[in-house]
Amino acid sequence: MFLRRVVSMAEFPTVSSIAADVAAGRTTASDVLDAHLARIDAREGEVHAFNLVMRERAMAVATDIDARVKRGENPGRLAGVPIALKDNMCTRGVETTCSSRILEGWKPPYDATAVQKLAAEGAVFVGKTNLDEFAMGSSTENSAFGPTRNPLDTSRVPGGSSGGSAAAVAAGFAAGSLGSDTGGSIRQPAALCGLVGVKPTYGLVSRYGLVAFASSLDQIGPFTHTVEDAAILTEVISGHDPMDSTSIPQPAPDLVGALGTGVKGLRIGRVADLPKGADPDVLARLDAAFEALAKAGATIIDVTLPSLSFALTAYYLIAPAEASSNLARYDGVRYGKRVAAGDINTMYADTREAGFGDEVKRRIMLGTYALSAGYYDAYYGKALKVRRLIADDFARAYKTADVILTPTSPSVAFRFGSKTDDPLAMYLCDIFTIPTNLAGHPAMSVPFGTGQNNMPVGVQVLAPTLGEATMFRVAAELERAV
Amino acid sequence: MSPIEKLDNGLPDGWELVVGLEVHVELATKTKLFSSSPNRFGDEPNTNIDPVTLGLPGALPVLNEQAVELAMRIGLALNCQVQPCTFHRKNYFYPDLPKAYQISQYDQPLNVDGHLMLPGNVRIDVERAHLEEDTGKSTHFGGTSGRIHGSEYSLIDFNRAGVPLVEIVSRPDIRTPEQARQYVNELRAILVAIGASDAKMEEGSMRCDANVSVRHYGDPLGTRCEIKNVNSVRSLGRAIEYEARRQVDLLETGGSIRQETRHWDDADGRTHTLRTKEDADDYRYFLEPDLVPLAPDAAWVERVRAALPVLPAARRAALAALTGADIEGEAVSVVVERGQDNYVKAVVDAGGEAARALVWVQQSFADEGDSPRLPAKDLATLTVMEREGKLTATQAKTVLGDMLAAGGGDPAAIAASKGFEALDTSAIAQFVDDAIAAQPDAWAKYCAGEEKAVGALVGSIMKASKGKADGKVVTALLQERRGS
Amino acid sequence: MSQRLTAADVAKVARLARLNVSPEEVERYTRQLDGMLDHFADIDNLDLASVEPMTQPYPLVNVLRADVERPCLDRDEVLAVAPAAEEGRFRVPPSGGLDG
Repeated sequence: MFLRRVVSMAEFPTVSSIAADVAAGRTTASDVLDAHLARIDAREGEVHAFNLVMRERAMAVATDIDARVKRGENPGRLAGVPIALKDNMCTRGVETTCSSRILEGWKPPYDATAVQKLAAEGAVFVGKTNLDEFAMGSSTENSAFGPTRNPLDTSRVPGGSSGGSAAAVAAGFAAGSLGSDTGGSIRQPAALCGLVGVKPTYGLVSRYGLVAFASSLDQIGPFTHTVEDAAILTEVISGHDPMDSTSIPQPAPDLVGALGTGVKGLRIGRVADLPKGADPDVLARLDAAFEALAKAGATIIDVTLPSLSFALTAYYLIAPAEASSNLARYDGVRYGKRVAAGDINTMYADTREAGFGDEVKRRIMLGTYALSAGYYDAYYGKALKVRRLIADDFARAYKTADVILTPTSPSVAFRFGSKTDDPLAMYLCDIFTIPTNLAGHPAMSVPFGTGQNNMPVGVQVLAPTLGEATMFRVAAELERAV
Repeated sequence: MSPIEKLDNGLPDGWELVVGLEVHVELATKTKLFSSSPNRFGDEPNTNIDPVTLGLPGALPVLNEQAVELAMRIGLALNCQVQPCTFHRKNYFYPDLPKAYQISQYDQPLNVDGHLMLPGNVRIDVERAHLEEDTGKSTHFGGTSGRIHGSEYSLIDFNRAGVPLVEIVSRPDIRTPEQARQYVNELRAILVAIGASDAKMEEGSMRCDANVSVRHYGDPLGTRCEIKNVNSVRSLGRAIEYEARRQVDLLETGGSIRQETRHWDDADGRTHTLRTKEDADDYRYFLEPDLVPLAPDAAWVERVRAALPVLPAARRAALAALTGADIEGEAVSVVVERGQDNYVKAVVDAGGEAARALVWVQQSFADEGDSPRLPAKDLATLTVMEREGKLTATQAKTVLGDMLAAGGGDPAAIAASKGFEALDTSAIAQFVDDAIAAQPDAWAKYCAGEEKAVGALVGSIMKASKGKADGKVVTALLQERRGS
Repeated sequence: MSQRLTAADVAKVARLARLNVSPEEVERYTRQLDGMLDHFADIDNLDLASVEPMTQPYPLVNVLRADVERPCLDRDEVLAVAPAAEEGRFRVPPSGGLDG
């Protein structure tokens, strides 16, 4: 059974409207939550956005917020807003599985910083969302607990790895959600589900409590229906964290204020040597986006990024290498699954065999190989140099352009099973998103119309390091123009 | 090229011993290297833990400033160059390693190219001294023969995981077991003096591994073996002696040395091969992406350097110069080790006689700590009385004993109260002549060259003088009478 | 097409990473990983001699923390989710004679 519809922004309440209504007493956090839970009850069975719905906890938090509002206290900027969290973010006392059997049932003894920041502003966490196991994938088909379905067409994937977080917002189960993006895992699902998805500058949002996949690439970011909502959530979760050594020593930027200023005079980069692979319907929407921005007073500038064609290679050597090291801790000793054995090495191997899925094993092996003696220089070492070339290309481009526009995903949401035979085919989903992770720059996907089969198309706005304000400015204009 | 000095290395002729030492030192910080749990020995297991210590998913390391400060102190005290540095992951699986990688320093360590001086002006180069985190502690149970299968297991305590370590790697410049012991002792003295660590091998806050090889003089370096599980300075010497001998025996009988890690067993006095793993570990070092580079600025380095205390070698030199004692002698070494050299200086400043002061402090101040209670001026007065011949050495010792017990006192008054007075030389000469007359046989033997015969003469002189004759003067007079 | 990665390589890497691999998996992973490495050979001919590796997305240096104690985890909470615990410690099978 297919369910086709175009999501309009008015369909589900936004983060900002809920926050305003709760703060003003026009509605209660409990009522808002009830409405969202009702939508979860109606469709979660077919969508499977969640690994865990936090019903009781959410109700308790909502009740508490309502009491505080009644007392005249300031309950926070996000008071009463239902938010979903990708299940690779630590939530104290609440299962955090990374959609892997090896962490099935594991309850962290601490909260991720980004989670703490949302909680401090009164957010109501409705659940932990499904993902590709350990964030490795582009379709959420690699989850150990079953895939998530695209709410707009349940025969199609929601994208990955943050498919559950995207689906939760697209289906109205939450007003906003957090995902993580290592090679496109927020932006690509956002594009496939018709949402706004943001990967901030590397270091802007603390990684403390985000289960690491690739440490030099991972970032946490929001899924929302509107650009304004995304600006709000990005502001709340940003800012220096002393618990993360790679955290940029600056406070959260002002992004909401940048939204209404238009794009007159801005220089929008068009990548003249964009890697091939995007479908015609996607490219058509990208063209339309350039037209819209030009109409609004921006200048379109051609830029070239010659090293971009090597980005996939660099990524698929660096990310698995770091991942192979980050995932070595899942050894059955201190937490998570253990398969008992008579000696420690058998225990390790049996535990990891039973606990890890196929894609995770493959990437661990690839990563281990890329780092191993005799191969480091040829693979990992070289990939770090290619990374430098890509960063240098962007630096050159940003001398003449303020932002760059590309497709987010090469295609609209594809059908289940259509890319699972060949791992490389799946990796190609990320050709347009990977470069920004390598460079450490911010980028966001903005829904811009539909493509084949009436499925949403996202356009990606890329900005230089700490260029979020300009990036959001352009995104807001695209939102107006679509 | 100068001829190679044949050192006492305990090996057969022609064989040279080559040793390099890797010493791991636990730093005396309040918290761990990358997280804020206490760095404390002896607490209940797994009570000093946090997400970083346990390697929980999502945990991230943040570098302890004080650990860097202490690591720099160590580097500068060892004459190293402090340089910008980075951290790497060393990847391997072991149950007491919570992340399955250790954060250490690989090709860009904090301190490089230092050295340490041993007695005899022997210089041992220090290749590097870098920061790394410690592992947890495994305790093994079961496994003795006769037990039922499956009853072996280990229990892991992660209190120690993440404790800051500095690994000090020497170049293979050590040539005798004694030099190895001296190196470790001197290193320990330095570490304690600068407050970087309490460096106790018995408690594990200083751990020593030895890389041992042998060769014929002039040959290239031989294959080395790494010796682990050495828990005291004495064991270090024994282990090196054994291992060197083992290698020589093997080579002399036509065998070859396999490069491996060997375990020292103090009980049976031998090194043993560790059961070899299937594959040698490939540590797959790569730069730690969760940390950023460390580049202490010149101002910080200078602050650390300026704050370094006077190091043991310099203190020994100063004490030797002050007292005229042998810089490599036991007196100087012991007094500096106890931190009592400043006290000796104070005694001299108060007018005391330096050489006597040193002797007394060495002999009688073992329990006094680095701030002896006895006022320096009192000991000064005592040494002057000795020098002026008003007290014999024996009498002075007694007076000192009283002074120490009382925590002070006037030596002259104490001596008077005991009826001590040294006899002058002419009075002593009378006693000497009386003894010669009374013991003609002993005197004849002594004159004939039997030095031991002097004992009987000295004994009777002391008895007759009721101990008031200074022994040195007696001996001198006897020799004079003999004509020698 | 010359093979970049052999089954022996895969088996060795699997041991390093403590992953069990069946013969079928060895064959499949060898094929897949070899194919990937073939694709990744596009960087082989780049002239990277004078290029500095990029190890940090955002250039920070000297990020340090004061040497001050902060509250620890509750041991009971931690051991409650441990696979095996005894006497306040984590229990594991023996390591077969390997010394740490």
